[in-house]
Amino acid sequence: MKEVTATAATAEEAVRLALAQLGAPRERVDIVVLDEGKRGWFGLFGGRPAVVKAVLKVDPIEEAVRFLERVMAQMGAEGASIEVVRRGKQATLHVHGGPVGLLIGKHGQTLNALQFLAQLVANRYADEYVSIVVDVEHYRERREKALIELANKLAAQVVKTGKEIRLEPLPAHERKIIHAALARHKRVSTYSVGVDPHRSIVVAPAMETKAPTKEAPL
Amino acid sequence: MDMKPLIETIVKALVDHPEAVAVECREGEAALLCELSVHDDDIGKVIGKHGRTIQAIRTVVAAAAAGASKRVIVQVKDKG
Repeated sequence: MKEVTATAATAEEAVRLALAQLGAPRERVDIVVLDEGKRGWFGLFGGRPAVVKAVLKVDPIEEAVRFLERVMAQMGAEGASIEVVRRGKQATLHVHGGPVGLLIGKHGQTLNALQFLAQLVANRYADEYVSIVVDVEHYRERREKALIELANKLAAQVVKTGKEIRLEPLPAHERKIIHAALARHKRVSTYSVGVDPHRSIVVAPAMETKAPTKEAPL
Repeated sequence: MDMKPLIETIVKALVDHPEAVAVECREGEAALLCELSVHDDDIGKVIGKHGRTIQAIRTVVAAAAAGASKRVIVQVKDKG
């Protein structure tokens, strides 16, 4: 952990000095005042300088980035660089260059594994839960488009045949894309069956929303 | 094909006792078998809920070994 101790006439001044040495903004640093200092007579004798200790807080997102860099290097993914886009407690690590296919894997398997591990690493250092998305050359956007297209195609098929269709297992965030894509569809409904990692979506004909009939329930 | 550094890098970042992480790989006929041992307190961490973490590690290792002729088996060593 990076830390510095700074000494100045007042605690305030010492904090300023410490931040300058760390090159970090106030909110990224923990400050401990070791000595408030004492003003001497007319600032001349018997005064004692103030001493503060400043510790640079570990940034969970930074840790996730460093982790991903090391792992990619050892996977033999040369030439890959990471661009970080932060949105509050969420960060997307965009990977550019490198062996794209290797990093993505079949249906994004490798990408999802890297994301899961990076997220674990980040949250070892986080007070509040942070969410990490790892993306390679905008694969996630393309995948989202493909999933929405697939959803619409399946919905049309279900409407035509009146039979439900079960998809292959998908991770939670990909199931969400399909659920959302068909949420407003009037003639199909979606639900999921099975347990992760084998949980999959079923697209089914929507329940008829007729007025209640007068038949007696059996 | 040396998978030891990759496995070590991943696992050391996940555990509370990185100094206790050890990986031993040996060549089998059809596969490279890598045995992972960690501090007792960290076993749950490397396996994860429903084995999700060890599965993610295996997926990443498999990707790294994709060009090689042998597949890689990653196992967590039992205590005792």
